[in-house]
Amino acid sequence: MSAGERRVVITGIGVTAPGGVGAKNFWTLLTDGRTSTRRISFFDPSPFRSQVAAEVAFDAEAHGLSPQEIRRMDRAAQFAVVTAREAVADSGLEFGTHDPYRTGVTIGSAVGATMSLDQEYRIVSDSGRLELVDHTYAVAHLYDYLVPSSFAAEVAWVVGAEGPTTVVSTGCTSGLDAVGYATEVIREGRADVMIAGATDAPISPITVACFDAIKATTPRNDDAERASRPFDATRNGFVLGEGAAVFVLEEYEAARRRGAKLYAEVAGYATRSNAFHMTGLRPDGREMAEAIAVALTAARLDRTDVDYINAHGSGTKQNDRHETAAFKRSLGEHAYRVPVSSIKSMIGHSLGAIGAIELAASALAIAHNVVPPTANLHTPDPECDLDYVPLTARDWRTDTVLSVGSGFGGFQSAAVLTRADRGDR
Amino acid sequence: MTAVTTARPVASAGSRAVITGLGVAAPTGLGHPAYWRATLAGRRAIGRITRFDPAGYPARLAGEIGDFVAGDHLSSRLLPQTDRMTQLALVSTDWALADAGVQPGDLPEYDMGVITASSSGGFEFGQNELRALWSKGSRHVSAYQSFAWFYAVNSGQISIRHGMRGPSGVVVSDQAGGLEAVAAARRQIVKGIPLIVSGAVDASICPWGWVAQMASERLSVRDDPDRAYLPFDLDANGHVPGEGGAILIVEDAEHAARRGATRVYGEVAGYGSTFDPRPGSGRPPGLRKAIELALEDAEVAAEEVDVVFADAAGVVELDRVEAEAITSVFGSRGVAVTAPKTATGRLYSGGAPLDLAAALLSIRDGIIPPTVGPAAANGYDLDLVAVARPARVRVALVVARGYGGFNSVMVLRSVPT
Repeated sequence: MSAGERRVVITGIGVTAPGGVGAKNFWTLLTDGRTSTRRISFFDPSPFRSQVAAEVAFDAEAHGLSPQEIRRMDRAAQFAVVTAREAVADSGLEFGTHDPYRTGVTIGSAVGATMSLDQEYRIVSDSGRLELVDHTYAVAHLYDYLVPSSFAAEVAWVVGAEGPTTVVSTGCTSGLDAVGYATEVIREGRADVMIAGATDAPISPITVACFDAIKATTPRNDDAERASRPFDATRNGFVLGEGAAVFVLEEYEAARRRGAKLYAEVAGYATRSNAFHMTGLRPDGREMAEAIAVALTAARLDRTDVDYINAHGSGTKQNDRHETAAFKRSLGEHAYRVPVSSIKSMIGHSLGAIGAIELAASALAIAHNVVPPTANLHTPDPECDLDYVPLTARDWRTDTVLSVGSGFGGFQSAAVLTRADRGDR
Repeated sequence: MTAVTTARPVASAGSRAVITGLGVAAPTGLGHPAYWRATLAGRRAIGRITRFDPAGYPARLAGEIGDFVAGDHLSSRLLPQTDRMTQLALVSTDWALADAGVQPGDLPEYDMGVITASSSGGFEFGQNELRALWSKGSRHVSAYQSFAWFYAVNSGQISIRHGMRGPSGVVVSDQAGGLEAVAAARRQIVKGIPLIVSGAVDASICPWGWVAQMASERLSVRDDPDRAYLPFDLDANGHVPGEGGAILIVEDAEHAARRGATRVYGEVAGYGSTFDPRPGSGRPPGLRKAIELALEDAEVAAEEVDVVFADAAGVVELDRVEAEAITSVFGSRGVAVTAPKTATGRLYSGGAPLDLAAALLSIRDGIIPPTVGPAAANGYDLDLVAVARPARVRVALVVARGYGGFNSVMVLRSVPT
């Protein structure tokens, strides 16, 4: 790093994930290799092609939200607020002692308040009977559902942030992009502390229906616990999930001065577009490979420095092939030596949130020198021939993690986390 | 296989972001020449909603784009998979690129990105699919729903249409997002990307979108277009929403010079953003600070600012906060203030990019467009421009605020030719 360049570190982590509310429970679930995919319970899924999802057992009141907050906030906003509180508590940062204009918020979300919008539409349209929907049945906070910048607003209020605040919404890479965005805000000098992460709660009939329509989600309804099978030859679609992860990001010198716990440095980040198709991927993975190369260059690392890849690994036929090609293209022979895993095998695909949740797993992999496994990987696919850490977590010296995401709209993102206390490069 | 090695070094800190192309889709005009003529003439395009029958709703006025036929500009393959806001954004992008004289095929694919803002995505598309779901069943939901309504749709579709594979993004900060997106575009230019398509277009004038917008309790419920949207007037009673916005070509100044850009409208010189304190905290609103941060970022003194394009909420308390922020920085009636959005309605994330376009055209032509409607700063200590005013405009400041407390301010500066 050249003199005067600002570095960004993770000093607090909060996670709300299926099967593991709280970062500690989340990490236990991952390293146990357990899955949290089940038959959908939020509504009767029987009319749908895919009837499986990874739901969060979430009691908003138990997590300290008031009845009015619960009424006001979409489930995804509730996740964001609870998870941000956990991250801030974990960081030991005392708000009120900082310049509020130097603290900001970046929250990622792919589909915003889609669950509330679905429910509210059903009511104001009387189950679709009214084309001119009846405003007298609308909930008072409907505008907060219309424009999901309300998610960032809710988090800013909780932590007392008055600096740069926004929502980043780039589909399934939103979580990586939100953390990347916040990192750039600190690097640029516009803030010293950013509360950054992502949330989504998409398990609603409209979302399940729209993925049914393009057969993106798995129809493996008879084996819900083993339905998410990234990199396995029998994979046939992703499993919808929900959740949130939020980080406290700080400028490195300030974090070190206050003696903060340093989980990892956000050393590099890049996003590129495939400019190919809104939902399709070319098999060669070239734009993801480009994002990886740019992120490594930004981190001033060589490809052989990568110790672990936290994959997008959604479990669709085309994604896992695309991604495998991208790793080979960007890392060369090293791609065959580095462990790669997909935690979507255990907690499903929570759209915009998952990128942040996967970064949490990446930071915890560095903290514990353990890489989480890819569950349900029993049948190797000749087209996916890397080391995907099947079934069992692995003790593994992990100083540098590459985490990638790929999403509708063609977005391909990559972030590099490094051990923060490994000395100046 | 070999690794990709096209990663470029970070550009020198001297990279400046300039705007070289404008694509406008406004209720007052399609394309920036038509929009600018109407704006200077003070022509207003606010009227009773025609897209659906608004008689049953308390708010009935909007700024609709009346003369846009998507099929005249876009292929029939694209039409069924895109919401109106995406169709408007794609066409605006075509216009902006043409205005900038940029042929995307001539530039390296990773040298171009797309960073837009959105407020509510392709909401009308989503409405129609929700209706299909609840009235007919899940098997009637369109295969396009998964990507036609979400907030990222415009950046994705624009990147595909023009083969732009560089860094792209999408921000949502309600009305402030339109500036946040351009600030994010500028960040990429500073980091060494030559060209970013930025700005925003929003359109959600459909029954479901309308009901959701009304929930903000900020919509004017008057039926008289002359009295409906009156920012900085003590008779203010809310705003009139509209549809549309602007797409801007943000470019590295040296890159623009090297390719012999036909016109450089101005430089994105500074940006500042804050978020208002939690209601009841006792702390002051953040707008003044955002203005100060933007001026500092631009290294511009308050006295150098020639015009402020106001957010102009049209809600008395919010207008007062903005007027106080402006007078505290620029002094009593210390700077010309205008709100041409009084002619179009508030366009959500599209509003601020349209104001940026108007500000750049003010710089080009030496004329400040008028605010249409309010009595001249009735009750406020502002120099509100009521008729088009000839003036030397070298520095313009654009304010955008988003519901919930988002404050964004951008400084534009003329570039010597």
